[in-house]
Amino acid sequence: MAKNQNSIQHGDDLIVFDNIYKIYEMGDTEVRAADGISFSVKRGEFVAIVGQSGSGKSTCMNIIGALDVPTSGEYYLDGVDVSTLNDNKLADIRNKMLGFIFQQYNLIPKLTVLENVELPLLYAGVPKRKRREAALKSLERVGLTEKAKNLPSQLSGGQQQRVSIARALAGNPSVILADEPTGALDSRTGREVLEFLQQLHSEGNTIVLITHDNSIAVKAQRIIRLQDGKVVYDGPSNVPEALVNPDIPIELQKNEAGGDA
Amino acid sequence: MGIGQSFILAIKSLLNNKMRAFLTMLGIIIGVGSVILIMSLGNGVTTEISDTFESMGTRTVSVTLMGRGSNRTFTDDEMYEFAEENSDVIKAVTPTVNVSATVRPERWNENLSTSITGVGEDWLTVKTYETARGRFISYMDIYARNKVCFVGAYFDSPEVYNGNAVGSTLKINGDVYTIIGVAEEITDASDEDGSDNFAVIPYTVAARLSRMGNINSYTLISVSDETVNAAKQRMSNRLYENYGDEDAYAVIALAEILDTVTEIMDTLVTVIAAIAAISLLVGGIGIMNIMLVSVTERTREIGIRKALGAKRRDIKSQFVIEAMTTSLIGGVFGILLGVFGARIAGKLMNMPAVPSLSSIVLSVGISVGIGVLFGYLPAKKASELNPIDALHHD
Repeated sequence: MAKNQNSIQHGDDLIVFDNIYKIYEMGDTEVRAADGISFSVKRGEFVAIVGQSGSGKSTCMNIIGALDVPTSGEYYLDGVDVSTLNDNKLADIRNKMLGFIFQQYNLIPKLTVLENVELPLLYAGVPKRKRREAALKSLERVGLTEKAKNLPSQLSGGQQQRVSIARALAGNPSVILADEPTGALDSRTGREVLEFLQQLHSEGNTIVLITHDNSIAVKAQRIIRLQDGKVVYDGPSNVPEALVNPDIPIELQKNEAGGDA
Repeated sequence: MGIGQSFILAIKSLLNNKMRAFLTMLGIIIGVGSVILIMSLGNGVTTEISDTFESMGTRTVSVTLMGRGSNRTFTDDEMYEFAEENSDVIKAVTPTVNVSATVRPERWNENLSTSITGVGEDWLTVKTYETARGRFISYMDIYARNKVCFVGAYFDSPEVYNGNAVGSTLKINGDVYTIIGVAEEITDASDEDGSDNFAVIPYTVAARLSRMGNINSYTLISVSDETVNAAKQRMSNRLYENYGDEDAYAVIALAEILDTVTEIMDTLVTVIAAIAAISLLVGGIGIMNIMLVSVTERTREIGIRKALGAKRRDIKSQFVIEAMTTSLIGGVFGILLGVFGARIAGKLMNMPAVPSLSSIVLSVGISVGIGVLFGYLPAKKASELNPIDALHHD
């Protein structure tokens, strides 16, 4: 891993994690959720961050998503040092540069599909008519224009996830951050969502996918594997080493990966 | 996020839970309603009192002579002389001798509840009444102690003489008095309990009737509203000269009493309304309580909004506006309740209970203020939620 400690110019790098630590004090013990993580993601890449629970992938996702700041280290998003920003600036970054796709969809139940998709634009201060236009266009991309007036509860799980993708796309973010996007879906709908993410990638979007599931991670171009807060693998997804978890016998892992992929 | 947007959102959220919204508003509804009701009734009473006083004349000064602690007297001649000397401020003066006597029209078997007063020839001027028929009591009647009387329009109404009062007679304490004139209707001629049922007789006759040696009560009317105080002052000075003792007489201007009464009523209404406003405080606490519950219930929603880029002030304004909308709508219902209640109460109590615009504006202002005040704490709490924790909240 190259360390760019002295450089703020990162070329094509959209995301730069430079020696990121996240340390929680729990009584006398210290939990290192991120223990010196460094990597960078180029514009247009499709990266999966993989790891078991406790590996630090959620911490990574929170920091990338500007929901949290690291204890130390620097995080640059499109050249902006996000690691030192205050609450309001972080909200701005989330609003303008990031599109979230959550496992639980996280749609607001009492708002219509269209209103849900409009939310990021609302907080960006986009005027009403433009907001509506952009939200409808976004819904069209996921093929749910006719459900615009429905409430989320009237939609299937897969449709709800597509709405949340539409919401993530509405603000034209630099990075789409998908946290276990198929976790709550059956395998067929899950596959559809992944195919859609791949399509978005092929259209030039930068996608960061967070998952514990190898079979999903392999849909990405590149895998960053985390364990105990450290990067244990960072490379292409189409080589056997990408799926190796040093703690589990290789044979078992191959079966696991092969079973679903 | 715009205020309009927050407002629509707030209405939606209230409609989602109508029962809860209504119960939350109830405190505000009752508070605003009772404040308006009380202020309306207070206005009504004050208006009625001042109307009564005004019909008695705001230029009127009443003089009572007790003669206590002094051997000096002040005769009716001295009073007339005084009025003459001070004609620049005193327009007219009349003795007013209240007589408790039975009054019975000709050929009637029962008495009327008529008030009898002994007065001077300028009484009409002092009272600003007009003669409808016949004539008023003259100086000659007073001098000669004629048994004549001047009556209110009630006696000319179909209830009594039906237009034939002049020339008819009344038995006052058994003595026969001839009616020489009838006054114009003042309020309602047919009402036995109204201001039109009166009879006045020469004060000299009245003094004898009530076995009074000296006249001890007078009513003055000042030239104008501006000269009332001067008239009162000069009267007081003259009486002090005479008696040398402030306790021997009382000079009271009606306008003064009116001011005092109005002041007392205003204070009273303010105090009672303030007590009623305490329920507004309770209502506000109710709103705060439900907003805190709402923040907890919607933790996840807040997390989502924050993840999507809502700033602290966006979340804060959303909840403050929701609290404000709740209390504003409560306030509107409260106004309806208050206005409606005031109408009913006014009808029952037979007086004009009209809510003033200022009390309505004040109520709206207060209810909005309460929403902001009591919504702020829950809103602040919501805005400070950590988006990560909020997103994982069930």
